[in-house]
Amino acid sequence: MRTPLRPLARILQAREDGLNPDQIEKENLRLRHEAQREKSRSRAEFRLLILCVSFVCAFGAIGARMGLMAATDPVEPRARAPGAEILAQRADITDRNGRILATNMTTHALYAHPKVMVDPKGTARKLAEIFPDLDPAALERRFTDGRSFVWIKKVLSPEQMQLVHEIGDPGLLFGPREMRLYPNGTLAAHVLGGTSFGAEGVHSAEVIGTAGVEKALDARLRDPAQAGKPLTLSLDLGVQATVEEVLYAGMTMLNAKGAAAILMDARTGEIIALASLPNFDPNDRPNPLVDPKAEPGDSPLFNRAVQGVYELGSTFKIFATAQAMELGLVGPETLVDANAPMQWGRHKIKEFEGKNYGPLLSVTDVIAKSSNVGTAHIALMIGPLRQQAFLKSLGFFEPTPVELVEAPGARPLIPKKWPEIVTITTSYGHGMSASPMHLAAAYAAIANGGVMIKPTLLKREGPTTGVRVMSETTAMESVKMLRRVVTEGTASLGEVPGYEVAGKTGTADKPKKSGGYYDDKVINTFASVFPASNPQYVLIVTLDEPMDTTLSEARRTAGWTAVPVASEIIRRVAPLMGLRPKLEPPATDAVTAASN
Amino acid sequence: MRPVLYVLSFLALIALGFWAYRENYATQSALKEVESLQRQIVGLREALSVQRAEWAYLNRPDRLRDLATVNFDRLGLLPMEPSQFGSAAQVAYPRQSLPAIDFPVDIQGETPSEEGL
Repeated sequence: MRTPLRPLARILQAREDGLNPDQIEKENLRLRHEAQREKSRSRAEFRLLILCVSFVCAFGAIGARMGLMAATDPVEPRARAPGAEILAQRADITDRNGRILATNMTTHALYAHPKVMVDPKGTARKLAEIFPDLDPAALERRFTDGRSFVWIKKVLSPEQMQLVHEIGDPGLLFGPREMRLYPNGTLAAHVLGGTSFGAEGVHSAEVIGTAGVEKALDARLRDPAQAGKPLTLSLDLGVQATVEEVLYAGMTMLNAKGAAAILMDARTGEIIALASLPNFDPNDRPNPLVDPKAEPGDSPLFNRAVQGVYELGSTFKIFATAQAMELGLVGPETLVDANAPMQWGRHKIKEFEGKNYGPLLSVTDVIAKSSNVGTAHIALMIGPLRQQAFLKSLGFFEPTPVELVEAPGARPLIPKKWPEIVTITTSYGHGMSASPMHLAAAYAAIANGGVMIKPTLLKREGPTTGVRVMSETTAMESVKMLRRVVTEGTASLGEVPGYEVAGKTGTADKPKKSGGYYDDKVINTFASVFPASNPQYVLIVTLDEPMDTTLSEARRTAGWTAVPVASEIIRRVAPLMGLRPKLEPPATDAVTAASN
Repeated sequence: MRPVLYVLSFLALIALGFWAYRENYATQSALKEVESLQRQIVGLREALSVQRAEWAYLNRPDRLRDLATVNFDRLGLLPMEPSQFGSAAQVAYPRQSLPAIDFPVDIQGETPSEEGL
């Protein structure tokens, strides 16, 4: 309701009184303006108040939420779809077909709070009854000397846990533990290595690898992002078991101190089986030897296939002939001087048992008969520099890149200087030491048509590429020569019908610690490739101090020791890998003359 | 009109409150169920991994080899040999069963009918 600015009654009254009616209008206008101002001011105040309140509310809410979040304990989101839970802190290890080699089990550790213990003395006695390895007196002392926390056992079996429960003392407590389990026992022990506990707490303990693949790939196995994905090795459980069985039988029959075998896929570099004897149980890994006089090879923990750096003997000869053929110096049928003994400076190079295969021998026969003198002449044609470069390209100057923690430490022993006499001795595998794994990788290069592929313990997907170290023709010719070693040379016991084994024997005298060589201690090696017409696999068998006593005289050459073991391995293992024996062409029906 | 509106909105408020209350409890119980299911899943997975380990342990090659030796009389299992490979040519074709001769009918041809000519 609007009040008029000039109300008629007051105007008339003012006129009568002789006042100026405009004064009234002005007065009214002023009042109206004041009222309007008052109204807009109160509205603005109200708006400011609302704004203020909403700011306070908003910041208060944020502040309260922050305070709440800071003050409360963290909680897992509850409405999460299951699927990605990490069950185990360490990924499983499987073989190439998915069979488990290492897995985890949940067990418990036992610890005690002596302060809350009801009967420390009785508890100590009962615990010692359950665990015979614990000393009751020592336990009792630890329970009563005022400490508030005591570890008793790292890992319990469910039965032991039940027995401890039955003691019923409130001071005995259990902490969950994850335990590494190797269900196959000693199988592939050197590959797997072993684990132990790292940092230990009441609620959990770290499991860390101590050797083998477990240590070499520790980061991958403990990566939470890949905990659900098992690590697939290139090993084949069945093949590995067979190789170990045959190797063990061979080792015991030949009275050898140790043995090693490597079976490798030449095309991909995958190691199908890797055995070293004597072995151990990774579930209960023995302690390393502490005796300073003991050789590392005496411990079952020693991996002969990878760590055992030996002089590999005549198995090296094929590298000299292959290089000479590659350089075009000789062909397979070229005759070389093999007149033994050979005099070089003050050194005399002799053949096995002082034989003489000379005066001239074809390159193929140098390999088949394993002539030191013939190889020495070929090596001299090549020369030291080219020989070194070739052996380097075959990986003999570096540790092998296999995924084992022991591998980088196994550095080949290479002569510091390389005069011509070293060229000669190296050509037949003396004076330079390498591990059987090096030999396997180098033979795989020959078997793979001259392409060097990195050996690996992990299953490879897709094609593999490598560096070409020799031409395909040279590689093929070399395999043919190796085949001759088996058909008519030193490895005649290595023939396996249908599998065309090709290989080279090597017998090296063991070096004495004091210098010089033992007369009756040898390392026998047989490096083989099969089947020769289409090489797919490489098998290296090494025996440490073997002796064949089946006949009247003791034999220590590889042809009598390592070769039969290798041939039995091939006979047993090749069918397991699905390799069909190559059937001999059936004999044509011959007409026999007969007369009545 | 206005009182009716008030009553209606008040009723709607009560209904919404009731609905929110029920939803709240339904969510809580669903979450509890999820939790118990997840606990079950974890337990089952643990059991599964134990059983896998046991399967691997019972199927370890050493044990299978010993079992094959012990049960040789019944199973007659020997290690695989190269001679056990066969070729496809060695597999005999299944004998084809000839149809039984029960109703010899020889059709030699029919005489063309008159209309066709």
